[in-house]
Amino acid sequence: MGKILVKEKQVVVPGEVLAEGMDFLPANYAFREGEKVVSMRLGMAQVNGRLIKIMPLTGKYIPQKEDLVIGKVVDMNYSNWRVDIGYAQEGMLNVRDGTTEFVERGAELSEYYDIGDYLAVKVSNVTKSKMIDLTMKGPGLRKLVGGRIVKITPAKVPRLVGKKGSMISMIKDKTNCQILVGQNGCVWVSGKNPDDEFRATQAILLVENMAHVPGLTDKINAFLEKEAKGDEK
Amino acid sequence: MSYKREDRKESELRPMKAKVGVVKNAVGSAMFQIGKTIAMAAVYGPRELHPRFMQKPDTGILRCHYNMMAFSGSGDRVRPGPSRRSKEIGLVTTKALEPALDLREFPKTVVDVFIELLQTDAGTRCAGICAASMALADAGLNMKDLVCAVSGGVVGDTPVADLDYNEEAYEGGSVDIPVAVMPRTGKVTLLQLDGTVSKEKFKEALKLAKEGCNQIYDVQKKALKGKYKEE
Repeated sequence: MGKILVKEKQVVVPGEVLAEGMDFLPANYAFREGEKVVSMRLGMAQVNGRLIKIMPLTGKYIPQKEDLVIGKVVDMNYSNWRVDIGYAQEGMLNVRDGTTEFVERGAELSEYYDIGDYLAVKVSNVTKSKMIDLTMKGPGLRKLVGGRIVKITPAKVPRLVGKKGSMISMIKDKTNCQILVGQNGCVWVSGKNPDDEFRATQAILLVENMAHVPGLTDKINAFLEKEAKGDEK
Repeated sequence: MSYKREDRKESELRPMKAKVGVVKNAVGSAMFQIGKTIAMAAVYGPRELHPRFMQKPDTGILRCHYNMMAFSGSGDRVRPGPSRRSKEIGLVTTKALEPALDLREFPKTVVDVFIELLQTDAGTRCAGICAASMALADAGLNMKDLVCAVSGGVVGDTPVADLDYNEEAYEGGSVDIPVAVMPRTGKVTLLQLDGTVSKEKFKEALKLAKEGCNQIYDVQKKALKGKYKEE
């Protein structure tokens, strides 16, 4: 019978031994070496029955199929847009997947999306050599007009969304803002007035800084209530 | 010639300090200080690699840049810019960190590590490796292990750990052996030696350096975890 060497939610470093024994299985960002289960990221350990996984605390975005991301158009070619989604390579958005309209051969692509525009897109395919195809066919995928962009560490996106969206829907309710969270850590915030947007932005950055603290939803709630009262004065 | 250390034991390292996240612009960063030697490392990337012929289709590559600041020495200005020495140290640093790093998630890309020495009192490449390995972990890259490095050596005919500049320049002759270790498995990723040394003395010096690496590992772990302490 093996034994677990870490506590739940303990911060571990790469190379730290998490458990000994063949009856434990390495899951996300953990690997097996002989009898040992070892971490390969700086993150929080989580034990789920026999599975041991790491919730990373840092790291760049790695695209996966079906991810909703927010990207910036950085280049245009004959029949596609190149979109920066925070990964080393740019994603490719083909005209065919970019719009539902009929686009004539040789049409001016900047009439649809110009360089510098922010788009909510979905990753439709990732090849083994990390070529990224994007699509805008799907609910909620569009060009983002107005509002502001906030960037957070992609590893903290699950915390910002919360369990079944609890955190993000609370921020939306308290600030009357529209918020769209991309899996790549790019967040679009749009509200009726700049004060609302500012409060939402502050709350999002607070989540990023305190992502590893337990009872975060209550703390963010208290922060937003306090800020709302401050505005009335 | 016999040599006796006055301020610390032969196996004792100089006092250490480490901090993670010192360069906010970088993806990951760290500072590592041992005695009067201070190293700072910043990680940028993974990002697209140019020129393209250097790209590897199945994995990312690591590139380390080592640099001593102009004011870092003991009075003589260090001439800025790449030198034969700094290029070599950059290369051996890359080779020392590569075995611990797994960049298969980022094909065709490069991870750049910039190591700056703010102040130098021997053991710079080791301090640089310690800082760089912490910075890579802070950048959230997949790693099998951290890398710890310290020099062992023989001053006069006394085996010691972690030489400072006075010991390196000891007139009775000294040998400096930088060693980098992956602490979990004890595998050595860097081992250099200039000069001549007997087999027995070499083994003793290597043992002292390896023991020193374990102490450094504790400092590195504490610094990485310290970033996420609960308020």
